[in-house]
Amino acid sequence: MTIELTNITKRFGAFAALDGVDLRIADGELLALLGPSGSGKTTLLRIIAGLDWPDGGDVSFDGENALARGAGERQVGFVFQHYALFRHMTVFENVAFGLRVKPRAIRKDEAGIRARVKELLDLVQLDWLADRYPTQLSGGQRQRIALARALATEPRILLLDEPFGALDAKVRKELRRWLRSLHEEINVTSVFVTHDQEDALEVANRVVVMDKGKIEQIGTPGEVYDYPATAFVHGFIGESVVLPVNVTEGRVWIGNQPLNIAAPNVGGPSKLYVRRHDMQVGSESIGLRGAVRHVRSFGAIQRADIAVCAGGNETVIEIDTPRDHALRTGETVELHPRRYRIFAD
Amino acid sequence: MSESAIAFDSGRVVVRSEPWLARVVIIGLTMLFLTVFVVLPLVIVFAQALTHGVVAYLAALAEPEALAAIKLTLAVAAISVGLNLVFGLIAAWAIAKFEFPGKTLLITLIDLPFSVSPVISGLVFVLLFGAQGYFGPWLQSHNIQILFAVPGIALATTFVTFPFVSRALIPLMQEQGTLEEEAALSLGASGLQTFFRVTLPNIKWGVLYGVLLCNARAMGEFGAVSVVSGHIRGETNTMPLLVEILYNEYQFVPAFAVASLLALLALITLIAKTILERHLDEGRQVRDH
Ligand SMILES: Nc1ncnc2c1ncn2[C@@H]1O[C@H](COP(=O)(O)OP(=O)(O)O)[C@@H](O)[C@H]1O
Ligand SMILES: [Mg+2]
Repeated sequence: MTIELTNITKRFGAFAALDGVDLRIADGELLALLGPSGSGKTTLLRIIAGLDWPDGGDVSFDGENALARGAGERQVGFVFQHYALFRHMTVFENVAFGLRVKPRAIRKDEAGIRARVKELLDLVQLDWLADRYPTQLSGGQRQRIALARALATEPRILLLDEPFGALDAKVRKELRRWLRSLHEEINVTSVFVTHDQEDALEVANRVVVMDKGKIEQIGTPGEVYDYPATAFVHGFIGESVVLPVNVTEGRVWIGNQPLNIAAPNVGGPSKLYVRRHDMQVGSESIGLRGAVRHVRSFGAIQRADIAVCAGGNETVIEIDTPRDHALRTGETVELHPRRYRIFAD
Repeated sequence: MSESAIAFDSGRVVVRSEPWLARVVIIGLTMLFLTVFVVLPLVIVFAQALTHGVVAYLAALAEPEALAAIKLTLAVAAISVGLNLVFGLIAAWAIAKFEFPGKTLLITLIDLPFSVSPVISGLVFVLLFGAQGYFGPWLQSHNIQILFAVPGIALATTFVTFPFVSRALIPLMQEQGTLEEEAALSLGASGLQTFFRVTLPNIKWGVLYGVLLCNARAMGEFGAVSVVSGHIRGETNTMPLLVEILYNEYQFVPAFAVASLLALLALITLIAKTILERHLDEGRQVRDH
């Protein structure tokens, strides 16, 4: 099912949690809402689910106005950040809940409910936990039960709030892979919220980067990583080196030192953004140089703190370079970015 | 979980750093105090009730006046507990699950019956429903009797015991939040289904706890009921009122016989309360995992 959000705004008092959000989600997509804590991701998800109402804007499912329908009528499966499993019910009853509360006319009989719950517990590979209570499960198990519960009623949309949030690194990795393959299997339009770029880049087909209630960029994981549209996205995704520069008449200056790089379409005080691994150390000179302050080596790379003079101030940047050219503390090196972006302040 | 560890630990510390004499004296004084002020009166109540033997005791309770008082007390308790159960649930639900202006004021108002002397609570009803009261003339012209009758006693008791259920539920429901309810709604449950299948099971021990305390106070209430009852023998005397009347007439065995029932109620309440508190604690610990 397609979801279309048009100019969504939501305020809490004077504070705008969502500020004019436009988003189209295609049928069968696995979309990530990525952004720092407080950027409005959960609020947006809750508005799609019908658990919150926007102050302005439209939500439509397959072209139909979804705001005319309550949470229970939207056929949305919602997996809460802290799972919100029914604590007084067994795993089985948790998963069966959505089936049991259906109106009598369309409710499955007991055998039908049992079969469906069994099917879902098999799907999340936890059928052996049917008689446990939520408190007797690990975080990863709770997460999967919450997912099974949300899927029981065959929702047309699946919404997951920080599905990997509270899990340790190993379980997190497993669950990511599992969620992706589950999506391939059931292929329901899915949106998940995360503040972790790795979650978003590894799992989603498309990533929506949010900040302060606004969408900064929408694109595939490759696009948002390689072609960040804004300074925020560049800084938020991947490791970035940031230097203050000034652009006048197409020329880039760092302090009073001109740099031999182009700055299309910007002017005035700006920031030069370079991925940490794109900043190279070598003989080629573009006018950017710095003093090596500290070097540590591990694996195939060495990581160095380099102090760059920018006008009167010094900016210390951290770069990764191959180990074949060993850096020594105290030496001055030429720096040149293999790829870079300049964003006006 | 860590309780036994702490007890063991502090036990060791106490033995090492404090003289045993201080411990014995402090514990001894506590025991003495409890014995004199709590246990002894209870024992005396039962002893007095049984001075002329079990037969006299049972005969005193079988007196029509005593039976009427017991019946009235049970009826009044049933009405006020029932009303307060409904009011308390609604009030606690509103406070714990919704945000609205005036919420703080409402929380303060709920506690009002606890901070006002019961006698004053009773007087308020006299001012409202008495012959000279605001609604008095209207009630008289429609031949409705509230004061000096069961409705007045039930109203006064309900007012005095109002905070128990909501007080037991508000912190519990606030702690549990609204996520499970939202999950239920999102899964297609109606409001009523959500209440009966999700909310109520989560608060059932708290509800029982509130009902228990509410009931104990409703049966034992003296001040407010005394003002509105009119003390009509065999009609508007609840058990506590009857105890006072009998005692003032030097009928000690009947007075203490009825009093012993109230004392028994207190003991049962105490035991039930302990059991319920354990259930509530367990629920809380489970959640903390
Ligand atoms: N019920 C609420 N009342 C007041 N402020 C809220 C409420 N819900 C969210 N907010 C605020 O809205 C902003 C966005 O919240 P949220 O959508 O939860 O962000 P995210 O999920 O991206 O961390 C936050 O600053 C948060 O404090
Ligand atoms: Mg959130």
